[in-house]
Amino acid sequence: MNKLIIGRYLPGTSLLHILDARAKLIAGFYFIFILFFAEDWPAYILLWSFTFWVMHLSGVHFKTYIRGVRPLIWLILFTVCLQVLFTAGGEIYFEWGPVTISQFGIVSGIYIFFRFVMIIFISTVITLTTKPIDLTEAIHFLLKPLRIFKIPVEEISIMLSIALRFIPNLLDETQKIMDAQKARGTEFGKGSLFQQMKTLVPIFLPLFVSSLNRAEEVANVMEVRGYQPNARRSSFRKLRWKWADTLSLVIMIFLTVGLLIMNTIV
Amino acid sequence: MAMEIRYSNVSADYQLGPIRTKNVLDDVNLFVKPSSFTAIVGQTGAGKSSLLKVMNGLIRPKQGEVKIGKYSVSSNNDPTSLKEVRKRIGMVFQFPESQLFAETVEKDICFGPLNFGVGLSEAKEMAKTAIYQVGLDASFLPKSPFSLSGGQKRRVAIAGILAMKPDILILDEPGAGLDPIGKQEILSLIASWNKNNKLTTMMVTHEMDDVAKFADDVIVMEKGKIVFHDDVRTFFADLNQIQSWNLDIPEARRFQLLIEEKTGVSLPKICLTVEELADCLIEVGLA
Amino acid sequence: MVLDSTNPIIEVKDVSFRYDLRSSTETLSSINFSVQKGEWVAIIGNNGSGKSTLAGILLGLYKPQFGSVTIAGYELNEETKWEIRKRMGIVFQNPDNQFIGSTVEDDVAFGLENLNMPYEQMKMRVYEALHMVDMYDYRHADPTRLSGGQKQRVAIAGLLALQPEILLLDEAFVMLDPKSRKDLLKTLQKLKSRHQLTIISITHDMNEAASSDRIIVLKNGTISSIGTPKEVFSKELDFEAPFTEKLRRILQMKGRNVPNTYMSEEEMVEWLWK
Repeated sequence: MNKLIIGRYLPGTSLLHILDARAKLIAGFYFIFILFFAEDWPAYILLWSFTFWVMHLSGVHFKTYIRGVRPLIWLILFTVCLQVLFTAGGEIYFEWGPVTISQFGIVSGIYIFFRFVMIIFISTVITLTTKPIDLTEAIHFLLKPLRIFKIPVEEISIMLSIALRFIPNLLDETQKIMDAQKARGTEFGKGSLFQQMKTLVPIFLPLFVSSLNRAEEVANVMEVRGYQPNARRSSFRKLRWKWADTLSLVIMIFLTVGLLIMNTIV
Repeated sequence: MAMEIRYSNVSADYQLGPIRTKNVLDDVNLFVKPSSFTAIVGQTGAGKSSLLKVMNGLIRPKQGEVKIGKYSVSSNNDPTSLKEVRKRIGMVFQFPESQLFAETVEKDICFGPLNFGVGLSEAKEMAKTAIYQVGLDASFLPKSPFSLSGGQKRRVAIAGILAMKPDILILDEPGAGLDPIGKQEILSLIASWNKNNKLTTMMVTHEMDDVAKFADDVIVMEKGKIVFHDDVRTFFADLNQIQSWNLDIPEARRFQLLIEEKTGVSLPKICLTVEELADCLIEVGLA
Repeated sequence: MVLDSTNPIIEVKDVSFRYDLRSSTETLSSINFSVQKGEWVAIIGNNGSGKSTLAGILLGLYKPQFGSVTIAGYELNEETKWEIRKRMGIVFQNPDNQFIGSTVEDDVAFGLENLNMPYEQMKMRVYEALHMVDMYDYRHADPTRLSGGQKQRVAIAGLLALQPEILLLDEAFVMLDPKSRKDLLKTLQKLKSRHQLTIISITHDMNEAASSDRIIVLKNGTISSIGTPKEVFSKELDFEAPFTEKLRRILQMKGRNVPNTYMSEEEMVEWLWK
């Protein structure tokens, strides 16, 4: 649980830390979007170089990013397997019913793998270098146009910011309950799958109970501090757009142009 | 069976998420006498909880080792030997009621013993003994732990630890959050197990009155190091040193100093409890 | 202190409450008391005495079946509770769960944001309130870096920013260590004397209750006594007494000729010295 890096913030003073959260979010989503237009290995090399450059800029050690991928590795491999098994085309190495292992399948499996890892790296870069509250403020800002569709943008953003605010408490709580059950002789990750599932009950049940209690208390606190859903609220937090933020978006345009060129090389 | 606890050159880091705190324990050497009651005091973040956690391998030392009787915890323990250690150390965390999970009090108390390989009927016997030890009775066993009051939950959680029949009991602020009377009751129970069953006890606390009332020895921690370890009277004798650690003194001692300052009469000894202070006041003729 | 006894800031009249209407036992029955402006009143009681229910009623979280509560001129009901909440701030027990903002200053601003206050005015109020509880230097800190006592002070700043007339402390000291408790008490005493705040504190901490002007003792849902700390401590024997009272009782038990009522520390030293 506490090995989850994605979604965590590491305080720092790097260039990326200083960028406006809106710029980072737009650039991040844009990057993930253009990722799907990469068709060949030169394009992938370009995107990977960009990813590594950004990771380097964040001032966070590469090892931290690798650790961030590890908990998700099974999900990634599962997706890759599906891709390999159910994509046909090119030379066929193995066939059994709908399942085929083909040249195209393997190639696209490899691409999927790298795409997946890149998405994780880039999102990790954003969350590691952006205060959660700035991130929610940015999401709030970017979702504002949706208000015309009667989507409760304010409520969503305050919900998000409170969820983020209590993540450290939840992690501490989880760690504490796990330690307490370990001290009572629970061994995690041992025995059959069923036995392993059983060891989770003494963790999740107390966690569930305490989260419910906490939620009720927080709701009471919010109410008595004058929070009314659907009421107009002002905001104490101000995001500030700087020239560097504009520059970062310009870089994304250059990256797109580079990507298009790379796609035509081979 | 009473067991010695011995730390030799123990250093440890603590990892939570991406943040690693270096040297939460920094070259700690410690010997704890069997059957003693030791209070661990110090500022928040001084390493008090880590000192306890390293004992049953919840934090692994990166250097040095902790010996508990014939068992040892070091950087290269295998899980089986850790389980042996954990069986002998009962650990009561802060707000231990948050670990309750079973449908009944009995099942929750049996959880520890069953994990350590005790048979079901024997575990139930142990649960019964334990529920009386914490000052409740057998009528609580079939109840849901979630239906109890805060103080009762705390007792049930502690019973779940006692049922493991540990040789050493370590507690992290067992009275925190309880009302003053409930708190005194819990602490008196803990002290009675120490005195009557010779259960070696180590307790983290912020309350100097509890230190004065219950502990034999005091450990002061500062920045991952043990800066003081001696008996409780020696500890409270040196006022300047206590202030330099940013710690408090018991109410009785504080009031004694106030009386001595205002009246100019000095009392014959250092008073740690209200009873001692009353006796001293009578002795010098002030009351 | 001049008390205007004709026009109390809080008036609780004949309040009765039961959680379950089918049950015959009332959690609170016929509670009557009033609090004057600028007064510090402690409400004490053991678990199950009904004191947390009373807190819930004062906050407008529960609705009493009988009786009325008037706060700052408004009779408490669904319509007036928002007006009352602007005038009465509440500090809860758990320091973590009342920290809504992601940093100290964000949290202090939360209540002001709810009033839709313009940024410039908000900034002034936030910083002013942080100075009042000596937490200005921590304004950018996130809650994981603060101690329990510091978080409670931030919670108070969050209320002070709204410039309330009344502070209600609902077991605000329980989860704190003794040092933080003393610091918080000092902060409250300072605030009360400088800003004419009315303080209601629901507590089982006798040292906290000892610094109040009046104590209301709840037992099994009824008021068992109301009076100054001096009157209450000498009378109510099943509570953990303040230190001087414990000493007085022991001396009395040992057959010494001590006065029959509670003494503050100064009075006790005085008496010893006579």
